[in-house]
Parts: sequence; C-alpha cells; structure tokens
Amino acid sequence: MSAIPAHGVAIDLHRGHAIWVRVAHWFIVASVLTLVFSGVAILVAHPRLYWGQTGNSLTMPLIELPLGPNYHNIPFGPATHFFGPNGPVSQPRLREVYNLNGWARSLHFIVAWTLAFSLGAYLLVSLVSGHFTRWLLPSGAELSPANISADIRAHMSLRPPQTSGGPPYNLLQKLAYLGVAFVGLPVMVITGLAMSPAFTATFPILMDITGGYQSARTIHFLMMCLIVVFLIVHLAMMALTGFGRQLRAMTVGR
Amino acid sequence: MTRPRLLTSRRAILGGLVGAGSLAVSGCTKSPPTYGDVLRMGDNFTYQAHRLLLPANALVRVYSRQDITSMPATGTTDPSDPKGDSYDAKLGPLYRRDAANAFDGWRLSVEGAVARPGSYSLDFLKRLPAQTQITRHTCEEGWTAIAEWTGARLSALLQIAGARANARFVHFHTYDAQIDSIDMVEALHPQTLLAYGMNGRDLPISHGAPVRLRVERQIGYKSMKFLRRIVVSENFIDPGAAGPIQSGWAWYTGI
Repeated sequence: MSAIPAHGVAIDLHRGHAIWVRVAHWFIVASVLTLVFSGVAILVAHPRLYWGQTGNSLTMPLIELPLGPNYHNIPFGPATHFFGPNGPVSQPRLREVYNLNGWARSLHFIVAWTLAFSLGAYLLVSLVSGHFTRWLLPSGAELSPANISADIRAHMSLRPPQTSGGPPYNLLQKLAYLGVAFVGLPVMVITGLAMSPAFTATFPILMDITGGYQSARTIHFLMMCLIVVFLIVHLAMMALTGFGRQLRAMTVGR
Repeated sequence: MTRPRLLTSRRAILGGLVGAGSLAVSGCTKSPPTYGDVLRMGDNFTYQAHRLLLPANALVRVYSRQDITSMPATGTTDPSDPKGDSYDAKLGPLYRRDAANAFDGWRLSVEGAVARPGSYSLDFLKRLPAQTQITRHTCEEGWTAIAEWTGARLSALLQIAGARANARFVHFHTYDAQIDSIDMVEALHPQTLLAYGMNGRDLPISHGAPVRLRVERQIGYKSMKFLRRIVVSENFIDPGAAGPIQSGWAWYTGI
C-alpha cells in the first residue's frame, strides 16, 4: 500500500525504523522520562531560578515556581551583614526544607549516564551512516516558502502529510527531530555538566558558554519544558497518524 | 616539629599521590560500599569516572571580592542548641564551653593512619601558611553563593601528622555528630582547606566555627562545619547513620 504525500514522494506506509534507531529511541525515552521525574523532584527542594553564577534564598530570583511545600515557605532568622549595611548578608535558616535529593540526585545522575551513552551513540551513528543527511536534513526544495507554508497548514488543520512509520519525514517532522536530538538533548547534557563543580574545575568554559551555574540551571529547566512540549506533540502526531502503526514501526520495525 | 620530619612526611604524601594515581589508572580506585543499592552504585560509577577522566589537581574558579554574595546558613547553625535537628547531648555542651571561650580550648584531633597522632589548637592552624580563596558554594538543593574563605590547607596538616603513604580516605567528625569522608585526591587538593575565616572575619558559628572544611570540587554538604576530629584510614570506614551512605545520600558529590 502506498500513498502520495504533499511533496510528491511515493512512500511505503509499513516502512519502519532501523534497528539502531529503535534501540536508541527507547533508551532515550526511558532516560528522558526518568530524568524529568527525578529532575522535578530535585527542583522541589529549591523552586527558584536565577541568572549568573549565584542565587539563593537571600538573593532575588528570576522566576519562582509554585512547586511543592518550599514555595514561599522557607523561614530565616535575623540578618548579619558581612561588610557594610548594604552588602551581602548571612541569615540562619530556621528549619530543614522539604528535600528528596538523597534519591533524586543519585537517580538523576545514573540516568544521565544512560542518556549520554544512548544519545551519543544515536548522534554518532546518525552522522556516520548518512542517516542525518539522508533523512533528517531538509533539502533546499523542502525549505521553499510554498512547501513550508503547505506543511504548516497541513499540520494546523490536523491533517499532517501521510507518512510511513519510519522515514521519509515531512519538513516539520524533520525539524522537530533535529531540534530535540541535535539541539535540545545536547543542551541538557551541556547545561547539566555546567552545574558539576568537579567537571567545571577541569572545563570552566562550560560556565562561560552557559552564563554561570544558575544560568545553566535555568536553561536546563526551560529546555526540559520544551522537551516535554515536544513529547506531547509527538504523542499527538502519533495518535493522528495511527498510534498502533507508529508504535509498531518503532518497536518491531514494520 | 623539625624539618627532616616534614621532608619525610612530604615524601610519604607524594608516595601516596603516586600510589593513588596508579590505582586510578589500573581502574581500581577504592569505592565506598553500596549495600546493593543501585543509587549508590551509580554514585560510585560517577566517582570512578571522575577519578579516571578528570585531572586530580584541576582548580575551581576563584572570584573577586565584588562577587561575594549573601549566603544562607543551613543545616546545623549552632551545635549547642538543644532544639537543633542534629544536636548531640554529649558534644553540644562541649561545643558550648569552647564557644564561650573564643574556642581557646578547642582542639582538632588527627588520628588513624598517621605517624604522629595529635591534636591541634586554633592558634596552631592559624600559624600554618594561610590561604584565602573566593569560591562558589554549591548546595545540593540548587542554590549557590560566593564567599571568601581563609584557612590552612588540609594537606599541610596531613603532612605534619605524617599521613601514611597507603592512606586513602580522610574522615571528619563534627560537633553536630556528623561523620563524612573524602578520598586522598580531594584531601590533598590545593584548594581543600581547614577554613577558620569567612569574608575577612573569624568563621561565624552559623557557618561552622571555629573550623570548617572547604571541599571546593564537591557539593556543599561535603564542606563539613564544626570540625572536631580527623581520622585518616587505608580503607573506607562507614560510620553508619552518622554518614551519608546509610542515611541515603551520595558519598561522592562532584556533580
């Protein structure tokens, strides 16, 4: 059975994904879901985001997230000034905060290893095997204004161009996969490493390219939100184009 | 203290470093026990990877005085306060007595795998070569602060005590009844301090007076406050519930 999609390439509706794509995909799915879960658990301990190297309960946050029992609820004792009346202060915290980091941090870092290995393998094989240029990189013709607007209109009307279970992908599909695999997840790894005191002792450049520890933490959070949005849209597109068929293409491969 | 003794212990320390280096290369740096907990296995995997891949003496970034920020005092803020979460009925009153006398009677005991066990006063530590560094404190909760720390290098005291060449861990006991340890790579790191000064003054009680540890390449809880005792050992000593592993926390926190 075949169909003619908007851009005129005959496709096989029962074409699935290559075995290495399927293996990497599910390792990355398991890693990302566990990382989101443990990451939110870590964030609950201090649901405030900052910019630069530093930020704490005694400094101004960029964003305060209404997340968990620590939101606006950390009691401090009187301030002692280190230098002058307007300079930095110290204040004793009057009780322990709600904190899941004993397990959440260690779980986050175990799964960060599985993500690093599976994502690294996926990116490497993609580039070396030609998968990247053949299936993911949009061609010049695809980037024509007419095709871009046609593809956007098709998606907006919830009638995306008909696709196989695997490649070829339509333009927005290519951009979404490129965005999450080649930009989003690598940014998560880089901003994650930028928060490691041991790693940044050896590679201080990570603090400079991310803007500092707290900037890296803020980018890490915002990119996590974008990846969750990708995940929701990804599942919605699966549902629109045949959930069972898409799931088969990514598991048994046809 | 005489020079030849210092030279001997320096040689011992260098021997220890070379030993630790070759152990790391052969991939068998000693790790703490996991008790079958997969989380602790992950911690140990990260520890081994860091020791294998990252240079032992990489220095953390240092900042200037203008970069100093406010810094919350968290965890125990006074070990003599009976209402504190980690108040110890035996140690709390001892701390109160020392604090009342500007820590004149305070002693830091150094024992275990050392040639010359002994205890050292605050004055003694202040007579050692002083090092001041403005560094970022990174709390596991997610907040950070920059402060200036002044103290003696831990490596200097380990030299004086004559840490044995095969010693691999340094354990710290505190007045709020915490016990935790670092490996010899971290203990001999040039930025690992026994800090008695903060932001140009004596270290305040809420930040760990009279002496706290600064372990700059790990998360904040490794920079233990209110030190009272140092134990050097060849093997990892698990202090049970007083330490991180059995209370459900990572021992190595370079990330």
